[in-house]
Amino acid sequence: MLPFILKRLGLAGLVAFTVSFISFSLLFLSGDPAAALAGETASGEDIEAIRRLYGFDRPMLVQYGEWLFQALRGNFGESYYFKLPVSSLIADRLSVTMTLGVCGITFALLTAVPLGVAAAIRPNSIIDRVALFLSVAGQAMPSFWFGLILIVLFGIKLRWLPPSGASTWQHFIMPTIVLGYYAMPAIMRLTRAGMLEVLNSDYIRTARAKGAGEGRVLFKHALRNAIIPVVSLAAVQMGFMLGGSIVVESIFALHGAGYLAWESIARNDLPTVQALILIFSMFYIIFTFLADVLNAWLDPRMRSS
Amino acid sequence: MKAAYLKTTALALAMSVATTGIALADKANDTLRVAYTKELENVDSYFNSSREGVVLQRAVWDGLIYRDPITNEYKGNLATSWEWIDDKTLELKLREGVTFHNGDAFDADDVVATVNFVAKEESGVKTQRNVNWMETAEKVDDYTVRIKTKEVFPAAIEFLSGPVSMYPAEYYAEVGPSGMGLKPVGTGPYKVVEVIPGQKFVLEKNENYHDSPKGQPSIGKVEIRTIPDVNTQIAELFSGSLDLIWQVPADQAEKLAAMGDQFVVTNESTMRVGYLSMDAAGRSSMDPNPFQDIKVRQAVNYAIDRNALVDNLLKGKSKVVWTPCFPSQFGCDQNVTEYPYDPAKAKELLAEAGYPDGFETEFYAYRDRDYAEAISSYLNAVGIKTDFKMLQYSALRELNMKGEVPLSFQTWGSYSINDASAMVSQFFKHGSLDTTRDDQVLEWLDVADQSNDPAKRIEYYSKALTRIADEAYWAPMFSYNTNYVMNTDVEYTPTADEVLRFTTMSWK
Repeated sequence: MLPFILKRLGLAGLVAFTVSFISFSLLFLSGDPAAALAGETASGEDIEAIRRLYGFDRPMLVQYGEWLFQALRGNFGESYYFKLPVSSLIADRLSVTMTLGVCGITFALLTAVPLGVAAAIRPNSIIDRVALFLSVAGQAMPSFWFGLILIVLFGIKLRWLPPSGASTWQHFIMPTIVLGYYAMPAIMRLTRAGMLEVLNSDYIRTARAKGAGEGRVLFKHALRNAIIPVVSLAAVQMGFMLGGSIVVESIFALHGAGYLAWESIARNDLPTVQALILIFSMFYIIFTFLADVLNAWLDPRMRSS
Repeated sequence: MKAAYLKTTALALAMSVATTGIALADKANDTLRVAYTKELENVDSYFNSSREGVVLQRAVWDGLIYRDPITNEYKGNLATSWEWIDDKTLELKLREGVTFHNGDAFDADDVVATVNFVAKEESGVKTQRNVNWMETAEKVDDYTVRIKTKEVFPAAIEFLSGPVSMYPAEYYAEVGPSGMGLKPVGTGPYKVVEVIPGQKFVLEKNENYHDSPKGQPSIGKVEIRTIPDVNTQIAELFSGSLDLIWQVPADQAEKLAAMGDQFVVTNESTMRVGYLSMDAAGRSSMDPNPFQDIKVRQAVNYAIDRNALVDNLLKGKSKVVWTPCFPSQFGCDQNVTEYPYDPAKAKELLAEAGYPDGFETEFYAYRDRDYAEAISSYLNAVGIKTDFKMLQYSALRELNMKGEVPLSFQTWGSYSINDASAMVSQFFKHGSLDTTRDDQVLEWLDVADQSNDPAKRIEYYSKALTRIADEAYWAPMFSYNTNYVMNTDVEYTPTADEVLRFTTMSWK
């Protein structure tokens, strides 16, 4: 297990380095950081002053080297835009995104896996049709539209939930549903396909033949095998939710890390974008790593390879 | 397109169901709840450049002078009187007995420390133009200061009543811009009790506010939340958890207004002017460059139906503008050449210039895609084929400064400074954003910018503006407007400078 983890860590380092270099270069190509920083009201001379002040007039590689040197020492610098340490800014926003991401994926798994299993047990039944309908609708509905519809219904019409904000747990209900619903269809279809395949395999017939109860057959024998690709998918979905919940965060005014990243790109706020991209890429690495470990636990054959 | 349609549908749905509910303001708790669309970078007014920042600045801090937004008359605020003792020295008598929110007394030391800090380029004040005209400040006695300007600078009074606000010397020296942004301290009508950077700001009435021309605050508490999506803002308004939103798009404001007495929808003009900038100086790589020819520039001016743009797209209190400044600004003479919509004449001029079949040009914009596209289609109609490119603001700015933009749709808000120098002098004095580079205009603007004689200033701005219009260097288009939507419990009359003034708001 140790070489496996070490190899993973080395890979994580390389990914982080590559991603940070690419994002740094892209931001430089996308627009003048001094102009973005100075804002729309600035004159040409203001922008020149800011360029000198922040050292944007130096070669890009020098600036990247400087950023890397500081980042390796754990110093992500100060946000150009907010004039606050990037670490505290992100810590603040990340808690919202983490809460949303964990709730979202939990919601997705809790609805998608049972539905997928039910659909696989009775293919082409009414349950299967309903599940199919739900997943098509989930894929087809843009999340901003679904979000607004929920706000109209629960926020304005019924007044059960606050339309936007993040101060109480009630604020997270609608965003969780929107975010989770978006991830649900893929998980459900994969569960259904996996279960269908497994349920037709020989060992399930054997299990039934030796008299195992239906619950035991389904959950101990079938689901454990069918769920393996779902775990990998859920890990990727989770990474996506943490970095890509921009639309949901914006509609529900949640001020999470995804929205911060999106806005920071528009503002050419290099230190913030760099740190966020590093964190998001780490999330992907951690989640795929956790998924691999979980899969190794589910499937003993993976442990040896 | 599809996304926009769906959004509108959702909103229409929201409206149809929401009529059943009654919006309730938080009048009972004496708390006015306002939404910001944009995340404000830093509450410290010297370290942000946004409209949202100006709104907070006017509530939390005071300037030495105050300009009445309706009469445009200058009145003493933290200073009680002022006088130019020579061309570059302004002496001000300060108000006695004023205290900052943290209890520190306000006196000459605070003015000296604030001015000397912000005027230094190394301090990194974001909007340099607001402060870089000041050289230093000196204390004469506890309640008398002298501010020295770098050049002769008649707009000093306007700047001192606008973006230059006074900070507590000791506190600012200790906490700096970041600390000031998190725990702002000023002398203003409202004190800040909570800041969550970019997300939430809570203000409370300053019970000890001095006898200021801003007036005494009436509403006890103001809670500002950043809600990026305007549809969500409207939903919050319906659910009764917001009392005031502004910068509401024209189509949605119309629908809200059509709902009758549920909300008060007010429209007011802003100082922002939209214009087409043309590469008259021939800096771009276009060869031959048609925009160097006055006939082509006049053709562009004649080709666009500004009235139609104002009536159908901008609506509200927007007006057609013919000058590179906002009409209310000091020195912004409106008596200049106008180019009414005349596509036939535009075609004729193009033919005379040697382009009977028109020509092709890149056309850039960074905001208001719908306006830019409408302009683009007017240009296409007379034969100027546009290759339209929508860029991020910072990317377009960079191209512009390098002089690589032949034609672009731009806007300028003058930072709410009511002086023509805040616009025309920013763009026609051979700076990096000057696409025209006319020596004569530069000379006249220099005289106007640096004279302390108002009559002379008016005369020279007028000369410069007349020449700019005659040469058709720009195609000025229209002024912008903004829609304010309020709960019926809120009493407020917006002003033409797009600054929300909480002191003039009250409950009905």
